[in-house]
Amino acid sequence: MSLEALLPSAIDGLMLGFVYGLAALGLTLIFGVMKVINLSHGPIIALGMFAVFILFSSFGVNPYLGVVAAALVGLLLGIAIYFVAVDRVIDATELTTLLATFSVNLMIIGVATVIFTTSPRSIDIDLGALRAGNVTILGTHGVAVAVAVLVAAALYGFLFRTRTGKSIRAVANNRAAAELMGIDSRRMLALAFGIGTALAMTSGALLATLFSFTILSGGTYELKSFVIVVLGGLGNPTGALVGGLVIGFLEGVLTVFLPVAWVPVVEYVIFVAVLLLRPAGLLGARA
Amino acid sequence: MRDLRAPFLPALLVFIAAVAAIPIVSNNPSLREELFLVLMLVTLASSINIIMGYTGYVSFGHIVFFGIGGYIAFWLMQTFNVHFLLAAIASAIPAALIAALIGIPILRLRGAYFALATVGINEAMKSFMTNFEPFGGAIGMFFSFSIYLQYGGAREAAFLAYYTMAAIALATVATSYVIRRSKFGLSLMAIREDQDVAMLVGIDPARAKVMAYVISAFFPALAGATFFFKNGIIEPGPAFDLLRSIESLVMVVLGGIGTVAGPIVGAALYEWLRGFLITNPTFANFQLAIAGLLLLLTVLFVTAGLVGSLRNRFPRLRAYIQ
Repeated sequence: MSLEALLPSAIDGLMLGFVYGLAALGLTLIFGVMKVINLSHGPIIALGMFAVFILFSSFGVNPYLGVVAAALVGLLLGIAIYFVAVDRVIDATELTTLLATFSVNLMIIGVATVIFTTSPRSIDIDLGALRAGNVTILGTHGVAVAVAVLVAAALYGFLFRTRTGKSIRAVANNRAAAELMGIDSRRMLALAFGIGTALAMTSGALLATLFSFTILSGGTYELKSFVIVVLGGLGNPTGALVGGLVIGFLEGVLTVFLPVAWVPVVEYVIFVAVLLLRPAGLLGARA
Repeated sequence: MRDLRAPFLPALLVFIAAVAAIPIVSNNPSLREELFLVLMLVTLASSINIIMGYTGYVSFGHIVFFGIGGYIAFWLMQTFNVHFLLAAIASAIPAALIAALIGIPILRLRGAYFALATVGINEAMKSFMTNFEPFGGAIGMFFSFSIYLQYGGAREAAFLAYYTMAAIALATVATSYVIRRSKFGLSLMAIREDQDVAMLVGIDPARAKVMAYVISAFFPALAGATFFFKNGIIEPGPAFDLLRSIESLVMVVLGGIGTVAGPIVGAALYEWLRGFLITNPTFANFQLAIAGLLLLLTVLFVTAGLVGSLRNRFPRLRAYIQ
């Protein structure tokens, strides 16, 4: 393999890393606030893809407007999932919450497979490309990165600058103390689950503008999100973004040296190694 | 007290053996196929129960040992023409060794971290096997028909696999019972309730946990060897199927986590329900969604599972049902 391919692969991977990071951000936010590993993450990412697809192919809605719609639907869906499946078992062991969110996974996949079938779909958009030397940046990839950065920045603004955002962080830090300060922790947990779901749907919506997908595609991105979240530290939002970039970069660069099929082996070995050697993640866990 | 206790284990084993004998006596091949699967799921669920129910460690990617056992046995049978029973045992020992090797580091992790690590190990193993050419890579391995000749043909081989699977299920259930009634089981349950306190009363948690993990890896490896021997083909996807892993957890929870009979009841019920849903024209399409709904209802409202709820509701039953 030539080193010529290194730069374009690295840039390609890094750009994809922003979108991965967004998905991982949703997973890590939910874990950070309520110590729940959301196993319905993958199907929700797939729902984001299909939200954009349906709006685009049936109603002619611009895909990027569809991304906004997907985020809003995600927020409401997440709040609904919280009250149906998570609220009652929020203080139970991790097995219980794992299985509760997994049951949501089964229900979404079960219903969505009947509606959408498992045949592959894609959204055809051409936004041109930027070329410099042997580096080509597709317009769709550029926009996806911009949207991901914007959403992440908005989330930070919300969590650190607004009263509601601060309340969510307070609940994450110490639920009992937050309640003593008059914060309705149940509402904050539901909102955090909603935001986490909205982030997953947004990243799914963006991925739909880049690659073809099926209703089962979410599973791959769910596992990728696990790897990223662990890499950055479970519950650490900045870690998720950095982890996303690291994994995206690795995926881009490794394909230059290794057959593509070996890349997941490296990813999962890194995943297990980080868990064993630095369970707090590379950046250390922070709420 | 020991003498007064109902003979739970012999009764349970006789019951399982009797059920397993029905398709043989009545010469019903389709029932035999179904029960083969149920016995395999009983093995998987009971094994997971040892590490998850007794010890409190959610081994999410436990299916990795099923896959490892299947792959090693298959390779031995295909490449060296080793007899199936020998290959099965020869595959379960390295699987148990691997469990010890990965168990020592990952059992230090607690809660969600352990669960995620087991998922990572399963996925790492799956993607490794997809690339490992000696074991067939992404295509996997398959038998030529002549392999079955030394067992008297494919039909006899299927019978041999069935008897073996029944024996494995019985051995797993017996082991599960013995552990639960033993001092070792008591130390596992102490670790589950509070590891730090367990340490204070003189239990070595690291040793006990690794032991439990190794035992819970041994039987799934045997089951994997038997399943893929009968199957005649092994691929990375079905061998390291995370969904099947999660389904076995569901069976444990459905039947009653931490009880001996729970995983058996859960496995039988889950398989029966799936069969019912798939063959029912109204529900066939929504099979997964209904399974999800039932799981959610169980997790939210019947936390102890069927056997556990019965034991809680009727304390007298505790003497009879473990």
